[in-house]
This record gives sequence, structure tokens and C-alpha cells, in this order.
Amino acid sequence: MKRFALTLAAATMVAAPAMAQDFSAELKARQGQFRIMALNLGVLGGMAQGKIEYDAEAAQEAADTLVAVSMISQTPHWPEGSDNFSIDGTRAMPAIWENTDDFLAKWSDYGEAALVMQEAAGTGAEAIGPALRQVGGTCSSCHDDYREPQ
Amino acid sequence: MRLILKLLLVAVLLAPAAGYWLTRPDRVDPEAFAGLTPDVARGETLYYAGGCASCHAAPEAEGEAKLVLAGGHRLESDFGTFVAPNISPDPEHGIGAWSALDLANAMLRGVSPEGRHYYPSFPYTSYIHMSAQDIVDLKAFLDTLPASDTPNAAHDLAFPFTLRRGIGLWKALYLEDDYVLANAATDTVVRGRYLVEGPGHCAECHTPRDAFGGLDRSAWMTGAPNPSGRGSIPAIDPANLSWSESEIAYYLETGFTPDFDSAGGHMARVVENTSQLPEEDRQAIAAYLKALP
Repeated sequence: MKRFALTLAAATMVAAPAMAQDFSAELKARQGQFRIMALNLGVLGGMAQGKIEYDAEAAQEAADTLVAVSMISQTPHWPEGSDNFSIDGTRAMPAIWENTDDFLAKWSDYGEAALVMQEAAGTGAEAIGPALRQVGGTCSSCHDDYREPQ
Repeated sequence: MRLILKLLLVAVLLAPAAGYWLTRPDRVDPEAFAGLTPDVARGETLYYAGGCASCHAAPEAEGEAKLVLAGGHRLESDFGTFVAPNISPDPEHGIGAWSALDLANAMLRGVSPEGRHYYPSFPYTSYIHMSAQDIVDLKAFLDTLPASDTPNAAHDLAFPFTLRRGIGLWKALYLEDDYVLANAATDTVVRGRYLVEGPGHCAECHTPRDAFGGLDRSAWMTGAPNPSGRGSIPAIDPANLSWSESEIAYYLETGFTPDFDSAGGHMARVVENTSQLPEEDRQAIAAYLKALP
């Protein structure tokens, strides 16, 4: 009995920090979409810098993927309480939930910049740079307000 | 000598009447500014190198509105909260009525036109590396920006930091006009050193501070706690930053890290400015960082 009580106590202690709510699926989903963006930006950035040989088809696929990500509904990824003050494993700041309209407007800005990239990517390596700066500007503008610096 | 000065700083904080001579505001030599002709285009480059808008634009300003330097950005610190003032050309609430010499005394010595010390939250410890011509050019560019009649908000500081006289001693300890990187081997590193240690004021966030808020020059660019209280500002010295020179320059141009994450927090604003600089200047900044010990 004593052993059972101890085990129960230990289990409670381990579980306590995560007790609030389990948002691991949401974190994986939203962080995964940013990973997809980074990988494809890497392809385009590598071509813009001349580190990767320009390939119109591969550039177009990367740009199309950026647009595809921009069309994913963000609503299910950001449940209330999944901010960095409430849970571990995220840098999403509470301001997201205080200014949801602005947060979603910044996501739309990313989508528009991705469309510019979609037009440019297939036309040549030199067209990628300016479009990439535009996409990057939308990333930073959101990170500036809503992601905790490391 | 530094220990003695630190003890004196304590004495002055406790007894503001003491150390009157040591705490008097020091000014630039007006002779150095006579006959200089302003170059507005050069002033614009300095404006982006210095990132004036990052602190002096209104906190919510985006796009074109960032050129309105109405002030209001709040800088949290261990000493209290500093509020950036209006430096737009408004003659009453901004600095429209200032001469280039007034701006020089502010930026190179931390002294207001009325002869009061500015708090070192305004990074004159870095701007001291700028030249008389730089200040004249920058003033000419600032005068082309839109005016704002937003009144200045007061800093929110705890006693004894409300006593500005003590800043005179602080300056005796920490306001140094020699470069941290004493030997710059190439013209590119010389340019980078000027940009980073001077107008760019990178060390003000990337270098740790001691108990009195002075930069620890022996731990140059080795990172620091974030003054807002959460997280830290990364180390960017060669021992800690593995990025290549071209990766650093690309980051300062686009905000993308080598693995295509993007800049966030205050650094996103810095990149808004460095992206406006000529490519050679971003390369120079990268070369300087790699030349650090």
C-alpha cells in the first residue's frame, strides 16, 4: 500500500506540469508547417544565392508549396492556452490571443508574398531574391510581435 | 583606477552633492563642426546603420510610418523603464530647433542642449565613434523626415537613478572613445568595426553589462540576458557564432538564418535597417564579427 501511494505520488509529480492541457498535436502541426516553409525557402534561397543550381521546375514546386502552406487554416493550430507562458515547447507569445485579428492579418500577408514568389520563381534565379525578401519581411514582421526571441 | 571610480559612483549615488566636478557634462569642440557641408544621402545611410527608427518610431508604426520618429518605445532595464523621446523635426516636441552641434553633443557626449546628462539607454557609448561629418549629415537627413507633435513621456525610474548628476561619473567609467577591436587588419574590417562598434551599436544588446549597467568590454559580443527579463540575446563572437561571413551578411539582408528560420523580436527591426545598407556594409559587419578574438 505504501509502495502504491509512493508510486502514485511520483506519477502525479511527473504528470503535474503537463496537467494543464495537452497541446502536443497542435504544437506539432503548427511547428511542422513552419518547417515545411523553411525547407522550401531554403531551396529558393540557395538558388538566389547561387549555392544551388537554378532549376525552374524545382523553384516552382518550392514556391507552390509556400502558397499551399499559406492556405492551411490556422484556427485549429492555436488553441487558447497554448502560449509560452502556459506551456513548454513553444515560443508563441500570449499577444497572439490578445491581437488575433492582427496575427491572422500577418498570416495573410505571408500568403500574398507567397503568391508573388509563385509568379517569380519559375522565371529565373534573379527574380527569386526580391520575392524572397518580401516573404522574409512577412516572417519577421510576425516574429517581431508574436514569437519569443531565443 | 576603475575600482576607485566605481566606489565614487556609489558615493555619488548616496550623496548627490559630492563629486560635483567629476559629474559635470562634457561637450564636443564646436570648432570641429565649423564649415561642414551636409550630405543628405550619406545621412540616410547613417540613419539605417544606426537604426534610429527601431527605438524612436512609435511602437506600433509599420512601413512609411516608421519614418515618423515620434518616440514612445519603452526600454525595460534593471534600473527602470526608459521611454525613447520624439526626435522628429517638430520644433517644440521634437528636435527641429536643434543645431547639428546640439545633435553632436547628444550623440557623442550624451548631453542635452540644456546641458543635462542623457541616460545611457541612449547609446552614446557607441555613437562616440561617429565623426563630426557623420552628425552633420545625419541631422540633415533627420530634418527631411515628417514632424510629429507627440509630447515626450517621462522615464519610469527608481531612486537613486532619478538623479541625473550621477551619470557624469558613469560616463567617466564607461564612455570610452577607443575601439574594442584595437587592430583591424583590412579596410573591410575597419569599416565593419566602425559600423558595429559605432552607429550600429550592436554591443549594447549583444554584450553583457556589469552591476552599474556598463558594458563588459572583456566579454565583447558574448551575449547577454534579455533586459525584458525573458530569454537571452545570443552571443555573436567567433567562438559562439558558427555562421560564415556570407551567411551573416545574408541574414542582415533578408532576415533568414542559414537554415531559413527568420529573425524575430528586436532583431527583426534591426534587419529592416541593415537590409537598407549597401551590400559592402553588410559584408563589412560580417568580416568584423569574424575578426573578433
